[in-house]
Amino acid sequence: MLEINNLHARVEDKEILRGINLTVKAGEVHAIMGENGSGKSTLAGVLAGRDAYEVTEGEVRFDGKNLLELDPEERAREGIFLAFQYPVEIPGVSNTYFLKAAVNAIRKHRGLPEYDAREFLKLVKEKMKLIHMNEDLLKRPVNEGFSGGEKKRNEIFQMAVLDPRLAILDETDSGLDIDALKAVADGVNALRSPDRAIIVITHYQRLLNYIVPDRVHVLMRGRIVKSGGKELALELEERGYKWLEDSVREPQSV
Amino acid sequence: MAEVLERQNTYLAAFERLERELAAAGTPALHRLRKAAAARFAELGFPGPRDEEWRFTPLAPLARIPFEPAPHDRVGDSCSFRIPSVPKGVIVCRLSEAMHKHAALIEPHLARYADWKKHPFVALNTAFVCEGVFVYVPRGTVLEAPLFLDFHAGRDDDGRVWHHRSLVLLGENSQVTLVENYSGPMACTYFSNAVTEIVVGPGAMVDHYKLQREGDRAFHLAVMQVQIGRAANFSSHAVTQGGQWVRNEINAVFEDEGGECILNGLYQASGEQLVDNHTLIDHAHPHCASHELYKGILDGKAHGVFNGKIYVRQDAQKTDAKQTNQTLLLSDDATINTKPQLEIYADDVKCTHGATVGQLDAEAMFYLRSRGVGLAEARTLLIYAFANDILRRIQVASVREELERSLLQAHHLPAIDAGEEDV
Repeated sequence: MLEINNLHARVEDKEILRGINLTVKAGEVHAIMGENGSGKSTLAGVLAGRDAYEVTEGEVRFDGKNLLELDPEERAREGIFLAFQYPVEIPGVSNTYFLKAAVNAIRKHRGLPEYDAREFLKLVKEKMKLIHMNEDLLKRPVNEGFSGGEKKRNEIFQMAVLDPRLAILDETDSGLDIDALKAVADGVNALRSPDRAIIVITHYQRLLNYIVPDRVHVLMRGRIVKSGGKELALELEERGYKWLEDSVREPQSV
Repeated sequence: MAEVLERQNTYLAAFERLERELAAAGTPALHRLRKAAAARFAELGFPGPRDEEWRFTPLAPLARIPFEPAPHDRVGDSCSFRIPSVPKGVIVCRLSEAMHKHAALIEPHLARYADWKKHPFVALNTAFVCEGVFVYVPRGTVLEAPLFLDFHAGRDDDGRVWHHRSLVLLGENSQVTLVENYSGPMACTYFSNAVTEIVVGPGAMVDHYKLQREGDRAFHLAVMQVQIGRAANFSSHAVTQGGQWVRNEINAVFEDEGGECILNGLYQASGEQLVDNHTLIDHAHPHCASHELYKGILDGKAHGVFNGKIYVRQDAQKTDAKQTNQTLLLSDDATINTKPQLEIYADDVKCTHGATVGQLDAEAMFYLRSRGVGLAEARTLLIYAFANDILRRIQVASVREELERSLLQAHHLPAIDAGEEDV
C-alpha cells in the first residue's frame, strides 16, 4: 500500500529525514518510535503533505501513485489520514459542519453522491457508538475548549467517519492519562481492518500495550536504524535508545 | 480645508432654514437645546486632520458632498419599530410623538448623555433632534420578544442627510432586547447621522444588536451612549457590513458599582469601504466588568479603524476589563489601524488587551485540507468560522440565523442543516 524509498526531507536548510525506507501493507499496523527530534513528526508531515517540508530526494508511492505530487486534500481523498499531535481549534465551526464538508469532499472525489443531512447523521451516530464519543462534543466548535483527551478522541472519531486506507497517528498518546489512552486505543483497535494500514508514531512504548503493532521501527537522526516485531518496543522501553546510537554512524543497510 | 468649512456652513444654513419647522416639535426648552447645539456645532466645526479621534478616518469624502436635509415627514417615515405586543406601562413610539405626549419623561434624559458639547456630529444631530424612536420600560418589566428599530433609506433619499435620535429608558430590574437595523438601497448616496442614548437602570438588562447594512454608497455615523446603573447589564453586538464610509461609536459609562458590559463587533468590508469602530468603556466605579471582542474581515482596498478606550478611574478598584481586536486582511491592499487605549488610575484591577492582524491561520488551513477539504473551500470555511465566532454569540435566533445564512451564501458554503448546528 505504502512504499517509501530513500526519502530525504528538510526544513529550511536543515536536513531532517535522511534516507527513509519503509513498506507498509494493507491490514498491518506499524509503530515508528524515536526520541524527540529523530524525525517522527516530520515523516508524518511529509506523508500528509505539510508544506513546511521540502523533499529533496526519494519517493513515496501510495497504491502505486506518486504521493509527493499530490496536494494535502488530494492525499486525504485518496485515503490518507493524519491524526494530529496538536489538533487545531476552529472556533465558529461546529465539529459536524466541518466533518460533513470533509466527508462530502472525499465522496465527491470518489464519484459518490454527497450525503444529505439525514444520511450524514446516520453515519455520525454509528461511528460515535464505535468510538464512544460524546454527542455533546459534536455540536461544539472544532476542538475549542476540548481537553487533551477529547481532542485526541475527536481525531480518532474523524478517522472513523472519513474511513481512510492509511491512518498515521502522530503521538496520539502524548499528554493523555491512562484512561484517556485506553479509550483512544480502543477506538483505534475498533478501526483495524484487513483493508486498512495504520502507522503509530510514538515516543513511548506505553501506547503499544494497547495498540499492538505488527512491526516496530526505530527512527534516529532521520533514518530507520532498526526494525523488528512488537518485542522491539519492549526492548526499547527497557534499554532506552542509546544502545542503537552506534548503528547511526554506520551507513544504513537496507 | 475650504471644502470642510463650506460644508459646515451648508449644515448651518439648513438649520436656519428649517428652524421654524423644528421648533414646532417639542417644548421651547427642547428648541433652546437645538439652538445651543447648532451654535456649538458652528464653534466645533468638522474635526480637523490633527484631531486624534479622527486621525485615521478621512472626513474629506463626507465633506465633499452637500447633503440636503431630508424632508421632515420623510425623516419620520424612515424610522419604524416592530414588536408583537407592548406590555402594560411600556412606551414605544416615535420621538416626535414622545416630545408632545411624554415631554416630562424625556426631557430629563434627552441629550443629557451623548456629549454634544464635545462631539461635532452629536452637536449636529442634536441641532436637528426630532425623529427617531423612544422606548420606555418601567421598573420590573420584562419584554420577552425583541424590539426591532428599523432605519431605512429609499431611492428618493439620494443626496439627503438625516439625524435620527433614539432614546431608550429602562427602569430598575427591567429587561429588553433591542435590534437596531440600518439599511438602504444600492447606488444611493445619503448620510445617516444617528445618535442613540440608552439609560440602563439599576439591575436592568439590555441585549442590544446593531445591524448596519446600508447601501454601498451610504455614509453612516452612529454614536451610541450608554449609562449603566448599579448591577446592570448591557450587552452589545454590532455587525457592520454596508456603507462606503462608516463610523460606529459606542460610549459606555458605569454609573455605579457591579455593572457588566459586553461589547462585541464584527465588521466586513471590501472594495474601498471605510469602517471605523470607536469604543469607550468608562469604569467610573468599582467592581464592574467589561469584555470586548471586535473582529474584522477586510478585503480589496478596504480600510478599517479600531480604537478601544478603557478608562479605569482611581476609585474603580476590582475592575475586570478585557479587550480584543482581531482583523483578517484578505488582500495586500486592505489596511487596519488598530489602537487599544487603556488608561488605568486604580491599582487593584485586572485589565488585558490584545490586537492581532493577519491572514488565515496556516495550521488551520492544513488541518482542513488534510481532511479532504479543498484549498478554496478551506479558505472560505475559515473566514466563515472567524466571523461566526461573533455571530454565534447573538441570542436572537432569527437575527443570528439570517446573518449566518447570508454569510454562508456570500462564501458559497453549504447551508447548515437543522439540528446539525448548535454552536
